[in-house]
Amino acid sequence: MGEKGKWPTTYEVLSSHGVSRRDFLRFCTVTAAALGLPASQVARVVEALETKPRLPVIWLHGLECTCCSESFIRSSHPIAADIVLNMISLDYDDTLQAAAGHQVEEIRERIMREYPGRYVLAVEGNAPTKDGGIYCTVAGKTFLEILQETAKGAMAVIAWGSCASNGCVQAAKPNPTGAKPVHELIKDKPVINVPGCPPIAEVMTGVLTYILTFDRLPELDRFGRPKMFYGQRIHDKCYRRAFFDAGQFVESWDDEGARKGWCLYKMGCRGPMTYNSCSTFKWNNGVSFPIGSGHGCIGCSEANFWDNGPFYERLTAVPLPGVEATADEIGKTVAVAAGVGVAAHFASFAVKRIAQIRKERAQAASKEE
Amino acid sequence: MAKERIVVDPVTRIEGHLRIEAVLGEDGRIREALSSGTMWRGLEIILQGRDPRDAWAFCERICGVCTTVHALASVRAVENALGIVVPPNGEIIRNIMELTQYVQDHVIHFYHLHALDWVDVVSALKADPKATAELAQKVSPKWPYSSPGYFSDVLATLKRFVESGQLGIFQNAYWGHPAYKLPPEANLMAVAHYLEALRWQKEIIKIHTVFGGKNPHPNYLVGGMACAIDLESDNAINVERLNLVKAKIEEAFAIVEHLYLPDLLAVASFYPEWAGIGAGLGNYLAYGDLPLTHPSDPASFRFPRGVILNRNLNEVLPVDLEDPDQIREEVAHSWYQYPAGKQALHPYEGETQPHYTGPRPPYEYLDESKAYSWLKSPRWKGHAVEVGPLARVLVGYASGKEEFKEVVHEALGKLGVPPGALFSTLGRTAARGLETKLAVHWLMEEYNRLVANLKAGDRAVANTERWDPSTWPQSCKGFGFTEAPRGALAHWVHIQDGKIARYQIVVPSTWNASPRDSKGQHGAYEAALLGTPVADPKQPVEILRTIHSFDPCLACASHLLGPEGELLSEVVVR
Repeated sequence: MGEKGKWPTTYEVLSSHGVSRRDFLRFCTVTAAALGLPASQVARVVEALETKPRLPVIWLHGLECTCCSESFIRSSHPIAADIVLNMISLDYDDTLQAAAGHQVEEIRERIMREYPGRYVLAVEGNAPTKDGGIYCTVAGKTFLEILQETAKGAMAVIAWGSCASNGCVQAAKPNPTGAKPVHELIKDKPVINVPGCPPIAEVMTGVLTYILTFDRLPELDRFGRPKMFYGQRIHDKCYRRAFFDAGQFVESWDDEGARKGWCLYKMGCRGPMTYNSCSTFKWNNGVSFPIGSGHGCIGCSEANFWDNGPFYERLTAVPLPGVEATADEIGKTVAVAAGVGVAAHFASFAVKRIAQIRKERAQAASKEE
Repeated sequence: MAKERIVVDPVTRIEGHLRIEAVLGEDGRIREALSSGTMWRGLEIILQGRDPRDAWAFCERICGVCTTVHALASVRAVENALGIVVPPNGEIIRNIMELTQYVQDHVIHFYHLHALDWVDVVSALKADPKATAELAQKVSPKWPYSSPGYFSDVLATLKRFVESGQLGIFQNAYWGHPAYKLPPEANLMAVAHYLEALRWQKEIIKIHTVFGGKNPHPNYLVGGMACAIDLESDNAINVERLNLVKAKIEEAFAIVEHLYLPDLLAVASFYPEWAGIGAGLGNYLAYGDLPLTHPSDPASFRFPRGVILNRNLNEVLPVDLEDPDQIREEVAHSWYQYPAGKQALHPYEGETQPHYTGPRPPYEYLDESKAYSWLKSPRWKGHAVEVGPLARVLVGYASGKEEFKEVVHEALGKLGVPPGALFSTLGRTAARGLETKLAVHWLMEEYNRLVANLKAGDRAVANTERWDPSTWPQSCKGFGFTEAPRGALAHWVHIQDGKIARYQIVVPSTWNASPRDSKGQHGAYEAALLGTPVADPKQPVEILRTIHSFDPCLACASHLLGPEGELLSEVVVR
């Protein structure tokens, strides 16, 4: 590992790989577009990639299933090889790295020692806290200890996926291992929550490229999620929304409505309460997303989604088109939403939506409840 | 003890957390080995009291690498319990999903998780791009990217990467170790293909996205699949979606036939001694899978079911997943407790009461005379068995299936080794490639079966007769199985009053990575390490070769408890 001053910049690395200036600029333009930036910002992307060495990243794995790593390597823009070879220096990652055993732990210790405050800690999974954290150990140490130790010198922590950002499946009731998400264990560092089981690949690489490009952390909402990717509900931009508004619903799997792509709300879809970009970017380079392939959203980026009732039970709090909502119903909506940790967003949605429904009621077809 | 004891923890390039300890004999060969799963998540506990129609989603999160396989085993278990028959299109789409998983997962395993045990990245720097191109053209005449210019570019990339001083995922590995045998040109070719395979793997899984909405963790459904089919609609599976699937299968064909298999045979040819190392148990189990009709009809399976004992390829023994005397799990060396008097339990009555008795972290060594793993020890009729690609290929071969005999004979012929070479680390790695060749051909066949069904006017994908819990019996139980890429996987479920009363999962890596049982019998990893020569105990690349040949997947190491929920009450931490 070289010293800071000796590290080549991203542009130097790219150009020495035979990437022409023209291609580099095109790459910057595409990156800026992927980040949702206007053309006027491309120059900043160029400047950032021209002047900075690769960022050391330590990627730890706790209680998890590795779906986040798998999602990460599915990224299409940029592709994972570009990130790993050209944009960051992925110095520790159990899933991909060549070395094993004590040689690996040496790397982690060296990065912590030589680059204090200058590396990013990425965490996939979470830490069991019950019984001294014995349910996950690495190199004879508890994961809990490793996480806390590695976080100390990190400039920021990225909590990849729902395990790291809100606990996910092993933290579902009764949470037998006492699994806790990263932000409950690391209090003195910025923690970026990137929820989803797993997160969308381009959301993951988007978070990294944002940090690299702008030399700062993305703007976060009050749940620590980057606003640029978790600012809207899946329902808001779902292509089946028109059918929801028209009161056309799938009533049973594989029925005529299913074949026509009608709304999956009655089949238990969690799109109305789930903040994520699935209906915007879609999955696997835009091929589809769960609702697009006929199954409702299970809400995998929302906290405690496993415990919000059976997946195929319809949400009771979503006002339907043409339905007169009462004050009691608004109250119920807030209660459900509080349980899933999106009370403020949801309540304001519910109020706005009900007002809208009242306005549209005259022309809306009354179909249900 | 400590002086000659090698510890590899973490074992990297796997899924989950695995620790290996090995003791070297005076001859430099491993004389004792210990395999410990160091993570436990408790999913079976979490499943209790849930809606059985939701179980697939929980179970799928057991593993994001072999994603889909637990979802499939789960929906099959619930369907088996409730007597649901999935429509033919539903079964075919499930087969397509599974075969897609095989092809993607096996290729990733070879290039990204296993190859660096055989390929020296740093040695590739010394390669001559022109000579590399000649080698590549010889190894695979039909692969298009094999010009000197192409390899010059890859070499330049690699050089600058190394010279940057930031070696990232490639730092601190065993580069330069004498166990690496490939010439620089072969190393450069392999590094180039590491990158090609990384680019491609995100393409084939788009098949999962079409039918399941996303990958990892596509959607399944009890009763069939949720992806409605309507050739006259642009909101369902239609001709555009089918064309996408077909295109991805065709790309996969090229990757398997012209990249993966030629590379596998080329690399293997430099390591003939590994055809005599790492055999292990010599007992193999396959549940079989990929039904041409229905999972209750094993005669229709593309992968046949059976057990081979003591390397005897003349006899394939029958397997019954419900027989309480066949599949049983022990906890003699596991951090669990069974009720007094119980030593081994069939999964229908299986329980897991965590009971940690290992050393308090941080610790240096585990003790194989005591409990030392979060994995249990599943056994078939008391035998420790190996599961996975080698088991499937051997059971197919010994069952006399022509397709299996063909691929086995062809590969053995190319490598110039006898059939006995399959019982080895190299055999395990080769078997994975051979079944990928079968899988990619079957993938196209399944696609054609789907199209033929649609042509005949059948568009049903789900059976919803028993969707409503009011149609269910008060109490019922069932099992679901599959052949995950890593081997035999099964779930057993008991449904009571519409809820899950008990759920038990026995996964491939539990079979393979299991600790010793009550008779002291080693699990497959441990057995395979015995006798392996280790040139440098500080750089035990030989251990990684054999362990990686199984493709470990450790997150599956979670187990059930008793129905009363007596969990975690007596955890003792010393």
